[in-house]
Amino acid sequence: MTTEQTGAAVGPAIGGAPVDTAAPLASGARPGLFPPVPRQVTVAKVIIGVVLSAAALYAPFYFEPTINRVLSQAIYIAIAAMGLNLLTGFTGQVSIGHGAFYGVGAFTSAILMIDYGWTFEVTILASVVINAVLGFLIGVPALRVRGLYLALVTLGLAVLFPRVAQKFVDGTGGVALLRPPRSDFSSLIDGLADDQWAYFLSLAIMVVLFILAWNLVRGRVGRAMIAVRDQEIAATTVGVNLAGTKVATFAISAAYAGVAGSLSVMIDRLADGTNPILYFQRSIEFLVAMTIGGAATMLGPAVGALVLVLLRRNTEDLIEGKEILAPALYGAALIAIVFVLPEGLVGGVNRLLARLGRRSSAKGRPPTRPIPDDSQ
Amino acid sequence: MDLFIEQVFNGIGNGVVYGSVALALVLIFRTTGVLNFAQGEMALFSTYISWKLTTEGMPVVGAIAVSMVIAFIAGAAIERTLIRPVESGRSPLNVVIVTLGLFLALNSLVQLFFGTDPQVMPSPFPSGSVDILSATVQKETIGLIVVLLLECLFLWFLLQRTRLGLKLRAVAANPESARLHGIRAGTMLMAGWALSAAIGALAGSLVAGERTGFDATLMQTILVYALAAAALGGFTSIWGAVICGLIVGIADALTIQYVDPLDGIEVVLPLGLIMVVLVVMPNGLFGRRTVERV
Repeated sequence: MTTEQTGAAVGPAIGGAPVDTAAPLASGARPGLFPPVPRQVTVAKVIIGVVLSAAALYAPFYFEPTINRVLSQAIYIAIAAMGLNLLTGFTGQVSIGHGAFYGVGAFTSAILMIDYGWTFEVTILASVVINAVLGFLIGVPALRVRGLYLALVTLGLAVLFPRVAQKFVDGTGGVALLRPPRSDFSSLIDGLADDQWAYFLSLAIMVVLFILAWNLVRGRVGRAMIAVRDQEIAATTVGVNLAGTKVATFAISAAYAGVAGSLSVMIDRLADGTNPILYFQRSIEFLVAMTIGGAATMLGPAVGALVLVLLRRNTEDLIEGKEILAPALYGAALIAIVFVLPEGLVGGVNRLLARLGRRSSAKGRPPTRPIPDDSQ
Repeated sequence: MDLFIEQVFNGIGNGVVYGSVALALVLIFRTTGVLNFAQGEMALFSTYISWKLTTEGMPVVGAIAVSMVIAFIAGAAIERTLIRPVESGRSPLNVVIVTLGLFLALNSLVQLFFGTDPQVMPSPFPSGSVDILSATVQKETIGLIVVLLLECLFLWFLLQRTRLGLKLRAVAANPESARLHGIRAGTMLMAGWALSAAIGALAGSLVAGERTGFDATLMQTILVYALAAAALGGFTSIWGAVICGLIVGIADALTIQYVDPLDGIEVVLPLGLIMVVLVVMPNGLFGRRTVERV
């Protein structure tokens, strides 16, 4: 009896209630399947989306290069968190190992640029392919185990990666630290400074990847993913290919993390294998960004990543002379967010909008967790 | 051959450490169903308390006992104030986030309160060594093994042979049903965290005493190996955690000695072991079969 919690502890319903994926469709597209979204809610979401997009486009011209770099870091964390969101938020498989895929992406880009003279933008494609294949190869055995055990196996990946890098990568001075030359990342558009170029390139890639994820989730594959998350056994009885869905999602999410890693080389200007727990910390950051933003939501990873980066930066500056305390404040802030907003920031906003919508249109059950319009 | 035996004993020395931390992980998992990533840092904090007490002139055994009591209370307090409010929420991920937050917070608080310099923790065991099978074995290692065996016996007895243990297991298996039978689920969950924190305090203090010095990174690598041991043992078996701790320790020592291509990445080994075991036997070597209801 005591062993039953193995599956139950982490298994079902990672993201909570089923997701109403039809929310972004034109209202009334499938009237029987989902309740109509009140117009006020749609309007509110469009307004929020437009404001956020405008802010995202204007920000790099308003802030200094150092802030732009922090914002760009938020973008690559958001991309990795979105990949993890597909795996953990929608499919219910917890991974603490995506830092390793991120690392593989970073070193793929750095090595291809330094040793083979590739253009940076092309190395991103290489890291997508390499990480998808790697994710597939690791996913096949790893996804035979579930919940807690998967978390452990993937934790191992994150711990292992820096050691592998240290063993096989020879950077300057014999340490596993690669710095592609600065000129390889210069702006390709006149009038954009290097930091602004890095920001907009990352942002464009993020938008494309978020739209792809959105399309994936609201289609047939997305239904299968959510079914696997909410009730594995029931999903198989209606013909969902359990292993196929999990492995494919794992490979896709690994590829997302790989893109994040490649972008990090452009933004941070290095691929670092010298810190033994760096990639474990990254894994945690992806998980945290997804959770505080709102698991199984579309904008959650981006919002969470932004909050996380700002928290990390400001807790470091906040207490001069007591830098040791920064992780304590960071940790405490995480706990506080989970306490106040158990569904994440976007989850909380959605619930608020749904409540307002319900008030204005009395008929019909409102969607439990609608996905907001995907924005820039 | 001598070298081989020496390495095996080396491995046992480390394996006992992994086993004792794995024991705390298994205990908390069996009694509450939570995987506690902060286990290592909780033990680290207690270790520093033990160390601080010994520098104040308290005898080692007394210091460890006091820190175990403090850990017991603190463990219960953490469960009550930090874990329980998020546990009832919709997403089990939230508990994971809280334990990760604790991990970060405790580690930095340790450095704030006790400084970042390496410290020396005295060992409660006699120093020196004895010869077994032509290999030298530290007496401290033997002491650790004895303590670990006693811990196992105690926990096994507690969980399998007492009413309290039955209640603890009932709450972990199904809190709702347990409540309907009149068990105070909240108290039991607190007891699980308290016990596990105390066991962790003991493990941390003894490990620090075995090493020549320790600092705030003491538990981080150990936690990975302990997680490996716990997973290998099936996460529910007390004896499994200990035996697999030894397996991981010995395998690690032999890899370092004999397998050159893995030089520097020996950690591949426990991970490879977990992979193979979980794929072949999804419940670990010593775990029990799970039956799923739809």
